[in-house]
Amino acid sequence: MEIKKTGVAGTMESSDIIVRIEPKETEGIELELESAVMQQYGRQIEKVIRETLSELGVTKAYVNATDKGALDCTVAARTQAAAYRAAESTDFVWKFGGVK
Amino acid sequence: MSRLRRSMLFVPGNNPGMIRDAHIYGSDSIMFDLEDSVAITEKDAARFLVYEALTRLHYGSKELVVRINDLSSGLGVADLEAIVRAQPDVIRLPKTDSAKDVIECEREIERIEREAGIPVGKTGMMAAIESANGVLNAREIAFSSKRLIGIALGAEDYVTDLKTTRSPEGIELMFARGMIVNAAKAAGIMALDTVYSDVNNEEGFIAEATMIRKMGFDGKSVINPRQIAPLHAVFTPSEKDLMKARAIMEAIAEANARGSGVASLKGKMIDKPVVARAQYLLEMAERAKTMTVEDI
Repeated sequence: MEIKKTGVAGTMESSDIIVRIEPKETEGIELELESAVMQQYGRQIEKVIRETLSELGVTKAYVNATDKGALDCTVAARTQAAAYRAAESTDFVWKFGGVK
Repeated sequence: MSRLRRSMLFVPGNNPGMIRDAHIYGSDSIMFDLEDSVAITEKDAARFLVYEALTRLHYGSKELVVRINDLSSGLGVADLEAIVRAQPDVIRLPKTDSAKDVIECEREIERIEREAGIPVGKTGMMAAIESANGVLNAREIAFSSKRLIGIALGAEDYVTDLKTTRSPEGIELMFARGMIVNAAKAAGIMALDTVYSDVNNEEGFIAEATMIRKMGFDGKSVINPRQIAPLHAVFTPSEKDLMKARAIMEAIAEANARGSGVASLKGKMIDKPVVARAQYLLEMAERAKTMTVEDI
C-alpha cells in the first residue's frame, strides 16, 4: 500500500488514539509516539502500529500517534483507517475472524 | 429455551471507550452502531473499530449485534463485507420497508459467508421498521427470512414519516407497536421496542417499558446504561407471579396424574393457555437467573 498524502484517524478522547500517517521518500517506518501510559504500554502500542502497517504492506511512512489509553483493537483500527485514508484506497481486506 | 433480549444497549461504533466498557452494564445484548450515531466522514473509521473490537475483545455470553447502514445508502454492503467476517451474533438492518430489503441484505450476507468459509445461515439478522410503509409491511418482513431473530420499531424516523412527534404516552406509536408485535409473534420471532430518549425521566421510561411488556414485546433498545436495571425489573417476573405460576404447574401436574387435562386452582379453571403462560413465566425467570449469574 502506497501512502500518497496525509491520513489521520482517531480522536483526543479518553481510550482513543490519533494516528497520523504521511508519505516518506525512503524505505522504513519512522514512528513518533506520545502516550500518557508510555512507560507501561509504549512498546506494545508501537508494536501494534508497526504490525498493522506491515499487514497492510506499508513500508514507507512517517507516523505520528498521540495515545489516550487506547486498547490494542483501537490502535489497530485507527492505524488502518489512517493508512487507507493516506493511500486514498477503499480496497479493504477483511479476514474471517480477524487477525488475532 | 430462546435467548433473553430484555435490553439491547446502543453503543456508537466510533467511540472506543464505550465499545470497551459495553459489557459491564449487564444488558442482554450489545448493539454496536455504524448508522445514525456515526458521522458520514467517520463511517470507515467506525467500521474498522467495530470489526477490530468484535474480533479481538471478549464480551462473554452477551449477544452481539451490529447495526449496519441500509443498503440504499451505498454504505451497507461495505459494512457487511467487514461485519459478517467479524461474526457478531446478529446484523441489524435499519430502515426496513419491505421483505425485499431483508432478502437483498440476506443475499449479500450469504455471498460473504460463502466467500469467507462461514457456514451459510450462521449470521442472524434483525430488521428495524422505521416508516409508515414498513409498519404496513410488518407481516411480510417478519416472515421474510429464517435468519430473523426479531423485528424492531425505530420510532424517531417513524414519527418523522407520520409528520408527528413523540409523546411521553406514546399514543403516536400504538398502531406501529401493535402491528410489529403481532407480526413478530405470528412469525414466531421476537418483537423489540424502540428507545426511550429522555434518559432523565425514569418514571416515564418504566411506564413505557411496563406497557410494551404488557403488549407482548420481548425487550427494548436502551441508549443509556442507567435504563438497563429498571428495564430488567419490569421484564423479570415478580415473586408473587412466580408463586402463582408454580401453583398452576403443580395443579396441572396433579390433574394430569389423575388423567385430566383441566384443573382448578382456588376456584379458577386452569386450562392449556393458562399453563402455557405459567410455563413461559417460569422459563423467563430461569433465564433471567442464568444471565445474572453469568454477569457476575
